[in-house]
Amino acid sequence: MIGDYAKYTMAVACMYVYDDFDQKIVDQRVAQFRDQTRRFLAGELTEDEFRPLRLQNGLYIQRHAPMLRVAVPYGELTSQRVRMLAHIARKYDRGYGHFTTRQNIQYNWPALENVPDILADLATVQMHAIQTSGNCIRNTTSDQFAGVAHDEIVDPRPWCEIIRQWSTFHPEFAHLPRKFKIAVNGAAEDRAAILVHDIGITALKNEAGEVGFAVYVGGGLGRTPIIGALIKPWLEKHHLLSYLDAVLRVYNRYGRRDNKYKARIKILVKAMTPEAFGAKVEQEWQHSKNGPMTLTDAEINRVSRFFVDPAYETLPGDDAAYLAAKASHPAFARWAERNVFGHKKPGYAAVTLSLKKTGVPPGDATDAQLDAVADLADEYSLGEIRVSHEQNLILPYVKQSDLFALWEKAKAIGFATPNIGLLTDIVCCPGGDFCSLANAKSIPIAESIQQQFEDLDYLFDLGALDINISGCMNSCGHHHVGHIGILGVDKSGSEWYQISLGGRQGAGASLGKVIGPSFAQDDVPGVIEQIIKVYVEARQDDEHFIDVVDRLGIDPFKQRVYAGRTRAEAAQ
Amino acid sequence: MSQIIKGRAIVEDNATLLRVNEDGSFADVPASGTVLVPLRQWQAQRDTLIARGHVGVWLATDEEAEDIAGDLAHFALIALEFPAFTDGRSYSNARLLRDRFAYKGELRAIGDVFKDVLLFMKRCGFDAFAVRADKDINEALKGLDDFTEYYQGATDQPLPLFRRRSSAAH
Repeated sequence: MIGDYAKYTMAVACMYVYDDFDQKIVDQRVAQFRDQTRRFLAGELTEDEFRPLRLQNGLYIQRHAPMLRVAVPYGELTSQRVRMLAHIARKYDRGYGHFTTRQNIQYNWPALENVPDILADLATVQMHAIQTSGNCIRNTTSDQFAGVAHDEIVDPRPWCEIIRQWSTFHPEFAHLPRKFKIAVNGAAEDRAAILVHDIGITALKNEAGEVGFAVYVGGGLGRTPIIGALIKPWLEKHHLLSYLDAVLRVYNRYGRRDNKYKARIKILVKAMTPEAFGAKVEQEWQHSKNGPMTLTDAEINRVSRFFVDPAYETLPGDDAAYLAAKASHPAFARWAERNVFGHKKPGYAAVTLSLKKTGVPPGDATDAQLDAVADLADEYSLGEIRVSHEQNLILPYVKQSDLFALWEKAKAIGFATPNIGLLTDIVCCPGGDFCSLANAKSIPIAESIQQQFEDLDYLFDLGALDINISGCMNSCGHHHVGHIGILGVDKSGSEWYQISLGGRQGAGASLGKVIGPSFAQDDVPGVIEQIIKVYVEARQDDEHFIDVVDRLGIDPFKQRVYAGRTRAEAAQ
Repeated sequence: MSQIIKGRAIVEDNATLLRVNEDGSFADVPASGTVLVPLRQWQAQRDTLIARGHVGVWLATDEEAEDIAGDLAHFALIALEFPAFTDGRSYSNARLLRDRFAYKGELRAIGDVFKDVLLFMKRCGFDAFAVRADKDINEALKGLDDFTEYYQGATDQPLPLFRRRSSAAH
């Protein structure tokens, strides 16, 4: 019963709240999609017509059933919304959902005819599945620690919401050459991977303290991984939307449509050169600059007001009991080291709940776990939850004095694996178990690697290490930017895995290099183990894995891994 | 004679659409009535067509609004094609014709035109819709009402919601 959810409604100070306009747009979308589904089932819309329409609402037809991707705009959730996600998992699916690398959640087993009802349920908590797939502007993603990060310069969330509204049903850009992803970062460290997005935006401040943006275009993973190019080092904040309109118009008009593998904006930017593309955008922008799409201070203030700080308590600094608990509980200390993130407010912390427990598909959560997370958020984090693009959940407003109690409860629901940023915090797409695009499975690979590195002492000793797994070249697991990237490939009907080293996300984003011929599934954990051994032998002092790869190059790893292998064992 | 949506009314279509023949030659222009010619034919027979009058031009998706920007005064109507509704280039051409080149006459969507894309087209400046012959035109017309509010400014409503929110709320 939807009505049951009303009792959980609580004032959340730091989240955009729909007004009647926002609600009406989402409600009308539900009605429109209900009508489209009805006409498809009645044979009035062909499969070819319905496909692009349903995709724009996040609905794929997958290996087993339709897959519905629900938008979590810039990764922000409330306890009320998480309870709704649990309700949907229970009522319409098989009791779980999967958090994606774009901060969304997807359900693998809904029935097509139920999807309009799911959307109607979502709309009651101001959620939707608008533009979560298809060749349109997708969900805008951001820093999971936005608003609380110790290194934040500009809170990206108001800008994400402004972009969300601008992009929602934008009529001119409803049918782009290909999908289009925008990410916004406002912190010193880039946790939003902006350089591998179609448009990456850094919110920053000039010397006068005014907010503006640096705009990167043409980044992306997939078949042709490219790091985005800076085309606008400083965009005054009021011009954000007119400038985005100009970028999208140039892409909509000139992006390739003859070959879907060459249709992303990155191919256009590369073909034109970033300088020429930027000049074309500038030329287009001159017509709309200072026009009606120029943001007003009233609008910037209206949206920003939703994201003001909650009522923090004034705390003296690090909590003594928290420090004492770390000193006396090694396991708690370990969790605090990996899963507790520095907060801008003294005495507070942001906590990452790990959805990377060995034996559970990375990013998966059951309805019971979701309900439990909602309870934790209400008790310890002002009712707010975030999703990271690394597929974990974050409680952003936890008092240090509550951390020990929170840890114990998180352990009880299996979300306290102390592995954030470590080797077993694997980023992984659903892969061939679920996805009809995949060439190979990815979840069993993640699990076999997690099993290989179960020893926590060893795992902590290895330190920061990103493994990313994609089941095909669409790169949903972002394997190009994993320190170790694993890509599933199909070779005459069997599943093989190509390994790359040296990728990284963030401000110094780089793409990994493939080390050589691919491996059979069973060999992958052993190969990872050998790669790790080369690192352990070569590291100096506290050198991280990625720094050793940078220093030595991939050759020593390659030699170790392929030594003694015949071509039959590792076929090209 | 087939029907089209014009504004919000279903009316008889009085224009004859010509395509370039398979051998690359141009189709004969009928002696009377409104005719819609392809861009290349317009460019090749410009003077004759101006003398004839009652002429419109239609653009394929790889042709550009800029190509006809200087000729707008000569056209009884302009049509932009959607070879498949998923090819969105004609949306940009429509907006350029209306917003940049101030075209005020009939702007017609032709090709893969049906209920679910009508509102996007209208928002980009189309005011006439040649709904696909195999689709119910009465059903398609309802597509114009799928949404009654929009966030971003476009041709039909240049003011984005953020410039209207406060006044519209009361």
